[in-house]
Amino acid sequence: MSAEVKPDRTGPAGAFWSALDGGRLEFQRCRACGAAQLPAREECTACLSPDLAWEAAQGGATLISWVVYHRPYHEAFKDRIPYNVAVVELDEGPRLISNILAPNDSLRIDMPLRLELGESFGQTIPQFRPRVPTG
Amino acid sequence: MTLSGTCVIAGIGATAFGKHPGRSSVSLNVEAIRAALSDARVDKDRVDALFVKPPTSDFQMLYTVKVASALGIQPRMGGAWDQGGAANATLISIACMAIEAGQIDIAVVSFADNPRTGNAAVYARPRGDDSLYGWFGTLPGYAMIMQRHIGEFRTPPEAFGAIAMAARNHGVRNPKAQVRNPLNMDDYLAADPLVAPLRRDDCTLISDGGGAVVIMSAKKAAELGVDAPVPILGWGYGQTFYEVAYRRDMTSTMAQTSGATALKMAGLTPQDVDCVQIYDCFTIAALMTLEDYGFCQKGQAADFVKDGALMQDGALPFNTSGGLLSETGMPGMQLIHEGVRQMRGTSVNQVKGAGNVVISNQGGVMQTHSTLVLGQ
Ligand SMILES: [Zn+2]
Repeated sequence: MSAEVKPDRTGPAGAFWSALDGGRLEFQRCRACGAAQLPAREECTACLSPDLAWEAAQGGATLISWVVYHRPYHEAFKDRIPYNVAVVELDEGPRLISNILAPNDSLRIDMPLRLELGESFGQTIPQFRPRVPTG
Repeated sequence: MTLSGTCVIAGIGATAFGKHPGRSSVSLNVEAIRAALSDARVDKDRVDALFVKPPTSDFQMLYTVKVASALGIQPRMGGAWDQGGAANATLISIACMAIEAGQIDIAVVSFADNPRTGNAAVYARPRGDDSLYGWFGTLPGYAMIMQRHIGEFRTPPEAFGAIAMAARNHGVRNPKAQVRNPLNMDDYLAADPLVAPLRRDDCTLISDGGGAVVIMSAKKAAELGVDAPVPILGWGYGQTFYEVAYRRDMTSTMAQTSGATALKMAGLTPQDVDCVQIYDCFTIAALMTLEDYGFCQKGQAADFVKDGALMQDGALPFNTSGGLLSETGMPGMQLIHEGVRQMRGTSVNQVKGAGNVVISNQGGVMQTHSTLVLGQ
């Protein structure tokens, strides 16, 4: 397995990563039915329209779930062990995989979060921090 | 018209489970099919359908044709079914439907793989762009669902431990099982997490091996004098969204639809079920399937599985040959075999008076699901 970790910008997610390059977390909003979605696709999963626009997330979110890796699955992450990976729900609805910038043992289901841009292998990524500071 | 009970499993066969260094998955399929045909006392030239679950670690084009060629047969129907670990149960139901449609008489469903001595990289692959966050592998997807279940329903670790203990302590008495050391709750709780909240004993084995079944109509089985035909009473299916992150409800799946459809076809309710063989690649998958099938309410599995309820003499005997957690990591066929043995009365952990058995197969990160109900 290659040690390089980078996003695939060739598909509809290209605009997602480009927005992050510019410091913005964006999701898709369907112009036909108003549904919001991530990950980026060519069509709206609610009404199948291809007429999708990009909208900036306001930054509020909720923690849906998380895991803590105690073993590396990839050599590029072996120095980060133990690290968390989380599912986060934006206030606008879409969910995404992310990391929570807080001690692993302070995480709680449904805790409120706010967006904080970070970096992984040279790519700007959306990460989240608890809205109420924890230990 | 109902197809419930019109077809039977006429034979089962498997290789040894564990390590088969140097053996191809095609060879392991041939060995399992040879054993299943011998069990059914059917000559290979009478097989007119071959359905194969493709090997997870060695996905190939036209794989079923390769297996048929190694068997020296040219069946009418053949094909591989891409449904992950749900495929074996589904293929058995497809065989029943093709038999009743008059297209075929005798079908073989088979699976073999060699991820243990071969290549297990498929289980650790990056999950698309989310590898930037360190999101790799199949196992962590189950951990994500498990953490949500724990948070939503306050499910204690002992609930998952009870499932691991039931599978293992049934496996202890199965001479074919790959892991046979007894497991108690202290051992379970003491093991270090791999990807928290998943502990070591929550997780499937990785195994080489193969298994096959022979399917025909009940009428054909009577005509051929098959020894112990096991009627197939019901089946059902369900498919859940691909990305774990984007399921609005992370703690239930389309297993609900699959189980309800299969039980209805068999004319049973959850209260009527005598024994279960539930896909236990991870304890969370088995726990959620018990809830989704209606053996208890959503979120109540912790209460349901305690006090040995899943043991051979418990309220709902579970995975009586050890399942994926103890017998072999094979994706699902071993559960079907054990269901057949329970109906024949030949299990090493025979459930007294068992007249039916519900079997679940599922794949990916709980995306695919398939249910079988067998009877006597
Ligand atoms: Zn739409």
